[in-house]
Amino acid sequence: MRRSVLTPYLLIAPATIFLAVLFVVPLLQTVALAFHTGGSFSFGNFTRMADDLNFNDAVANTFEVVLLAVPLQLALALGMAMMLRHVRRGRDIVLWVWSIPLGISDLAAGLVWLAILTDRGYLNTLLFHLGIIAGPQSWLTYETPVALLVAIVMAEMWRATAIVLVILAAGVQLVPKEYNEAAEVFGATPWQRFIRVTLPLLRPSIQTALILRTVLAFEMFATVMTLGGRNFPVLMSEAFNWQYVQQDYGVAAAYAVVVMAVSLGATLIYLRVLRTPAAQLS
Amino acid sequence: MTPRILAALSAFLIAGPLVPQPVAADTLFMSTQLRPIEEAQKMRDVILKDYTGKATYVPEEPAQLPVRIQAEQQGGTHTISLIGALHGELEPLTALNGIVPVDDLVTKLQDRGIPAGLLTLAKLGTAHQMYIPWMQATYFMVASKQALPYLPPGADIDKLTYEQLGDWAAAIQAKTGKRVLGFPAGPKGLMHRFIEGFLYPSYTGGLVTTFDGPATEAMWTRFAVLWKGVNPNSTNYNFMQEPLLSGDVWIAFDHVARLLDALRQKPDDFVTFPAPSGPKGRSYMPVIAGLAIAKDAPDPQGAAALIEYLTRPATQIATARAVGFFPVVKADLPADLDPGVKLAAGAIARTEGSRDAKPALLPVGLGTHGGEFDKVMLDTFQLIVLRGMQPHDALAREAPILRKIMTDTGAPCWAPDPPSTGVCAVP
Repeated sequence: MRRSVLTPYLLIAPATIFLAVLFVVPLLQTVALAFHTGGSFSFGNFTRMADDLNFNDAVANTFEVVLLAVPLQLALALGMAMMLRHVRRGRDIVLWVWSIPLGISDLAAGLVWLAILTDRGYLNTLLFHLGIIAGPQSWLTYETPVALLVAIVMAEMWRATAIVLVILAAGVQLVPKEYNEAAEVFGATPWQRFIRVTLPLLRPSIQTALILRTVLAFEMFATVMTLGGRNFPVLMSEAFNWQYVQQDYGVAAAYAVVVMAVSLGATLIYLRVLRTPAAQLS
Repeated sequence: MTPRILAALSAFLIAGPLVPQPVAADTLFMSTQLRPIEEAQKMRDVILKDYTGKATYVPEEPAQLPVRIQAEQQGGTHTISLIGALHGELEPLTALNGIVPVDDLVTKLQDRGIPAGLLTLAKLGTAHQMYIPWMQATYFMVASKQALPYLPPGADIDKLTYEQLGDWAAAIQAKTGKRVLGFPAGPKGLMHRFIEGFLYPSYTGGLVTTFDGPATEAMWTRFAVLWKGVNPNSTNYNFMQEPLLSGDVWIAFDHVARLLDALRQKPDDFVTFPAPSGPKGRSYMPVIAGLAIAKDAPDPQGAAALIEYLTRPATQIATARAVGFFPVVKADLPADLDPGVKLAAGAIARTEGSRDAKPALLPVGLGTHGGEFDKVMLDTFQLIVLRGMQPHDALAREAPILRKIMTDTGAPCWAPDPPSTGVCAVP
């Protein structure tokens, strides 16, 4: 009897210890590092971070990309999941092709888009042959901030819409067909059925997808670094620079704490706003 | 695993570590330069090939060198005889009492023709010769031949001023509509070295001691004007050889190692020339590696013999050919030398030989704060040139940060700033 009570805990113990040692401990160390300068408690690292010329840009850029990319990705992935519902033959192949970007690293994704958007890249070659531009046109410089932002949002969407899609596609399969059929019987239009039936039933999947996607978007790094470099600082690239270029671990830790706080905040908002109504849980 | 394999494996492990250990008769030559495997292998197979003594070449990370020297001193077991490192890496070893003077070698190597300036530098501020210059690299400029017709009238490309460089780029922009001047201002570029070793000292005669002031404000204003002819992709460029080869940039500044590919691939398309001069001369940043003998070296004779060998003109040319570091001695480059390497060597020689040339050193004594120091320079550049802030305001913003770095590290001034008794003071 005693043994069976303990068994579940014993089974989850390795994973728990693993996470505690390799995740919680470094996390606490990072927080401690961020709040210490010269061996005593202080906000010095945070003032230094906030006074830096890149801080405001990094915050603004990060939020711009997240607020543009995540809703677009959600809309796109919803559309794709809905279309996928009606694909009978070759559904797996379509899903497989759509999720190819998932298998590509951030850095490789950045390089792919760099090859497209650089001065002598594929986009300019195409535009040149169509006679739209007369010579190389720059898209990724400090003089073209809008084009740079659009490029980074596009790269992020290309790279990570699939993760949202995979979660939503799984969620869609769990929605019983009967509800939709019943709504159809009562004369609901396809749009009404989508808004009133499918979307509410998809709420748990949407919540999971949004939390995952938003947290990852706040941590975007390699793609942005490749396309934007010095021209487009984001929170993570600044953390990286303070850690490895300026070698000031305190300020880097402060950035890490900010990223963590922002991600936690976003997660809490999603959990609250998109919580599943008690009635639906039964 | 069968017991037999296990036994064999343990016998192998007990027999000795897998790292090759120098035999007692070998002279251990430890170097912070030529660390990548290919370069180290070239050192062993090509450069040291004709050395008659026995030498073991061991590369070491720059940060580990002083640690290792200290460990040997404290442990009392000395293995290192010869140390090869950059000027700035050898300096702290003097403070650690880790290297011994090599005054007698200077007389012995008199006929090598090492420039007097380099020898003085190698005294590291003491009365003695602390190391013998070994090899060098620097930064210079490369221009595509298609840019040459636009040179301002009367300008000599080897004696260019910053004003003329700006006019040159402006002329090309006016005629072709392209901005073809390029700087390595990308995330991994060496733009900070340009600011520290070229721009600042050429205009103000210093770096830290002249960080702020009317002359500095004027310099930044001029440089912001010059930047109008600079390709805006410069903030993405890390190695200028790439945009030079693609034709996006016609005139570029960079470190020799980051230009060499372009010169090697298309030697007929490019010309090389020294970086421009400002009101206070033609400042440039030589990257000098030196050879020093370790204190209590097990084989000081062997170390001296190696120094003699490595500074022979033939060895120096072999070094240039193999790894792209250039001679510090008088060495006539052979006719069959790769034309790209020859172009680079020419620019280095003409830079040093310029009448108004003034060497500026890599920052010395900043320890782990080197990155923050570079950031101050880059932030100032970014604020004024890229974001259009008034030089006065930008300098007032950055000066306290620089001052704090200098006080925290206690670093005294290095060339181009005049020597200081205490911390190098920011105005």
